Amino acid sequence: MEVLMIFAIGILFTVSTYLILTKSLLRVVLGVLILSHGAHLLFLTLSGLKTGAPPLLGEEAGSYTDPLPQALVLTAIVIGFGITAFMLVLAYRTYKVHETDNFDELRGSDDD
Amino acid sequence: MSTLHIIPLAPFLFAFLIPLFYKKFRHIHTGWFVLPLPLIIFIYLLQFLPLGGTAFQPVEVTVAWVASLGIDFTVYLDGLSLLFALLISGIGTLVVLYSIYYIANKRDEPLNNFYVYLLMFMGAMLGVVLSDNLIVLYVFWELTSLSSALLIGYWYHKERSRYGAQKSMLITVTGGFAMLAGFTLLYLMTGTFSVQEIIAMSDQIAASPYFVPAMILVLAGAFTKSAQFPFHIWLPDAMEAPTPVSAYLHSATMVKAGIYLVARLTPLFGGQAEWFWIVTGFGLLTLLWGSVSAVRQKDLKGILAFSTVSQLGLIMSLLGMGSAAFHYDVIDGESLYTVAILAAVFHLFNHATFKGSLFMVVGIIDHETGTRDIRKLGGLMAIMPVTFTISLIGVASMAGLPPFNGFLSKEIFFEGALNITTLDMFNVETLGFLIPVVAWIASVFTFVYSMMMFFQTFTGKHKPEELPKHAHEAPVGMLISPAVLGLMVIVFGLFPNMLAYTVIEPAMQSILPGLLGEGEQFYVNIYHWHGLNTELLMTMGVVLIGTALFLNFDKLQQTAFYLGERDPLNGAYDNGLTGLISGAQYVDGVQMTGKLRHYFTYMFVFLVAVLSYALIRTNAFAIDFANTAQISPYMFFIILALSLATIAVPFMTKRVPAIILVGIIGFLVALIFVVIRAPDLALTQLLVETVMVVLFLLVFYHLPELRKESFKPVFKWSNLLISLSVGAVVTITGLSAHAFSHGHDISPISDYFVENAYALAGGENIVNVILVDFRGLDTLLEVFVLGIVALGVVVLIKYKASGREEV
Repeated sequence: MEVLMIFAIGILFTVSTYLILTKSLLRVVLGVLILSHGAHLLFLTLSGLKTGAPPLLGEEAGSYTDPLPQALVLTAIVIGFGITAFMLVLAYRTYKVHETDNFDELRGSDDD
Repeated sequence: MSTLHIIPLAPFLFAFLIPLFYKKFRHIHTGWFVLPLPLIIFIYLLQFLPLGGTAFQPVEVTVAWVASLGIDFTVYLDGLSLLFALLISGIGTLVVLYSIYYIANKRDEPLNNFYVYLLMFMGAMLGVVLSDNLIVLYVFWELTSLSSALLIGYWYHKERSRYGAQKSMLITVTGGFAMLAGFTLLYLMTGTFSVQEIIAMSDQIAASPYFVPAMILVLAGAFTKSAQFPFHIWLPDAMEAPTPVSAYLHSATMVKAGIYLVARLTPLFGGQAEWFWIVTGFGLLTLLWGSVSAVRQKDLKGILAFSTVSQLGLIMSLLGMGSAAFHYDVIDGESLYTVAILAAVFHLFNHATFKGSLFMVVGIIDHETGTRDIRKLGGLMAIMPVTFTISLIGVASMAGLPPFNGFLSKEIFFEGALNITTLDMFNVETLGFLIPVVAWIASVFTFVYSMMMFFQTFTGKHKPEELPKHAHEAPVGMLISPAVLGLMVIVFGLFPNMLAYTVIEPAMQSILPGLLGEGEQFYVNIYHWHGLNTELLMTMGVVLIGTALFLNFDKLQQTAFYLGERDPLNGAYDNGLTGLISGAQYVDGVQMTGKLRHYFTYMFVFLVAVLSYALIRTNAFAIDFANTAQISPYMFFIILALSLATIAVPFMTKRVPAIILVGIIGFLVALIFVVIRAPDLALTQLLVETVMVVLFLLVFYHLPELRKESFKPVFKWSNLLISLSVGAVVTITGLSAHAFSHGHDISPISDYFVENAYALAGGENIVNVILVDFRGLDTLLEVFVLGIVALGVVVLIKYKASGREEV
């Protein structure tokens, strides 16, 4: 399953890179969002997807899935959410002020 | 801390008082307060002179500075340093005295700046010649460059001054950096920064592979500072400085710092063929180039600048020739090649005296007539008799005529150059005959420009209508300093042996240590008449040919050679500098486009390149199916759906479907979390994804009608290629890492959390226990992140744009 996952993650990275390279502000934000999904999944995949009980002691199972990557990814999800939310508001604000969402037009003038 | 340490530091400390004197005592010229300091240093240093034939004993005193790095402020006073220190303080005294009268009538001159820079320079120069530690020497060396640039740019409102200051700074500091690199190599070879200790290890250094690089780097520093070809171009432009500065820095002291360094390190590098050829060759080239260029100048200071270049080349070539002495045993203190060192030391001293006085004389002429252009000057002999007399002495000495000291050093110079032709080392027999020939030709040109300078200024018709001022004799105070120097030219010309065993011999011993036995001394006897030998014939030839050339000066003036006044190498410097700037601007313009897409391209390409190089280099690629988990059918479909949804995103031409697709991806990720048994992750992911989609929709709602029909992305193949390679590299890295982790026995540390979650923390949900107990700090900071984001969002929305925000 890991090999399959890694290929799917490769697709996530490819698409997010492609989106980041486009000109539209919001596509870049979407790209970053997909990139963070890829990173989270890669993290969990590389720590092993072997079956076991969920990391809840009440289950009384013989083996549990690794809890540490889950804790780390949980932190990453929250931070990623914060950053994406901020980027969205920033994009909104940029649009309000400059009336464009095209990166090629958001370059500033030569004297600043 | 001894008295010797105070010598280089005193001028720096005294410089702090100058602005005070300048503000408090406006009616007294600030120079009068400065004057005692160099005088005291000079008198103090005189006591070290070995009088009465006793051999000179070097003095060494150390104060720890950065002891852990081997950098100590060690003052080492031997014959060579003493000669330089006496020149610096002695001429320093005279220059300060001269400057008091020279800058006197301009009450609005910023005298405080002038004397602060001058004292800074004096202290730095004394530090250079007295330091035994290479790093301390380098520090003082750069301080001389800095203070010199400040002094050249003293009249900073003039564009030429700023140009000259920048040029001298760029050239000398570049050389200084090279020198620092050379010093570092010397440290690598020996493990010490002390010059004397390094010299003691010179045999070991000669065998090192770093020997030649270190030598070339150190010489780069010395050659740039001492205005050797092709780095001499800064010196003529440094003539924009006030004349006392030109007299002090650019004739007598700073330009001799490179000479000092070469002389100081001769025991280290000398005796090697590379050193001999580089120092002698560049010296002779500079000698010839400088003397030929000087003839073309029309400005008196320009002539003196190129004359200085040429004389520095002379001294440098003599130091190169004298280094041959290390190859031969010295018999009874006399050897064929030590004569060259004798000539170098003697001419060094002579040049400082006559060139200093000539600069001051030129300053007087400029001051009293308002011009330095030799085409406008003439017939000043009767108007300025004292100035005329001093010039006569200086010019005759520079041209090498008896009975002045320039004659003596020129004779010994010829002797040294002739001796070199007998040298059978270093393949001299092929090229050696060129050395006296070049020396002789350069002397002819020296003679011509000396005559030109003298006769054009003082003889001929006086042209008062061309002069901005009414010419008259200078005040007495201004004449004292050049007169003293002129007197020295005569005294040491008539009685040269006064210097022989007090100044010259100890300096020779410092340059050529270890050649003599205990208690022996070099044989120094300088005399005017040494028979009708080749040297005297050469001098007579110089006078005859030089006079003949000067008599045809009218014809020379018509030639293109004379009209092209600027040194052709200036073109190389100017074009090089503008080329560097425009080249940098071009590179900047190509690379810094201001487009985010380009910068991302750089980053991704670099990432792919580095990762693939690392993968290929370590031969890391591996794929491992053995140790993988079972694929459940669901999971297969979820992953398939995830891949398809992801691939579809870039094809969305409208925004709402794109958002919905991204939402689907998020929920599929949450499903994966469910399947791989991560309930907390799944919960969070669901919530976050929901809020995110809502946020996206909110933002889209506020987006204008303007481009509501979403873009069709410009399908760039390069973008596709980059993203495919990023994906491929990530996939390969992931596969390899996975194979690696299963090929090696790496047990996770999570067993500890599983075992102790309840025992230590009293919780059953291990993930939550890790988040709030075992690794609670992460969570705290993550909360901060959210708080900051919330504040940022509020500010972004509430903040109303002011008019200035227009971009």
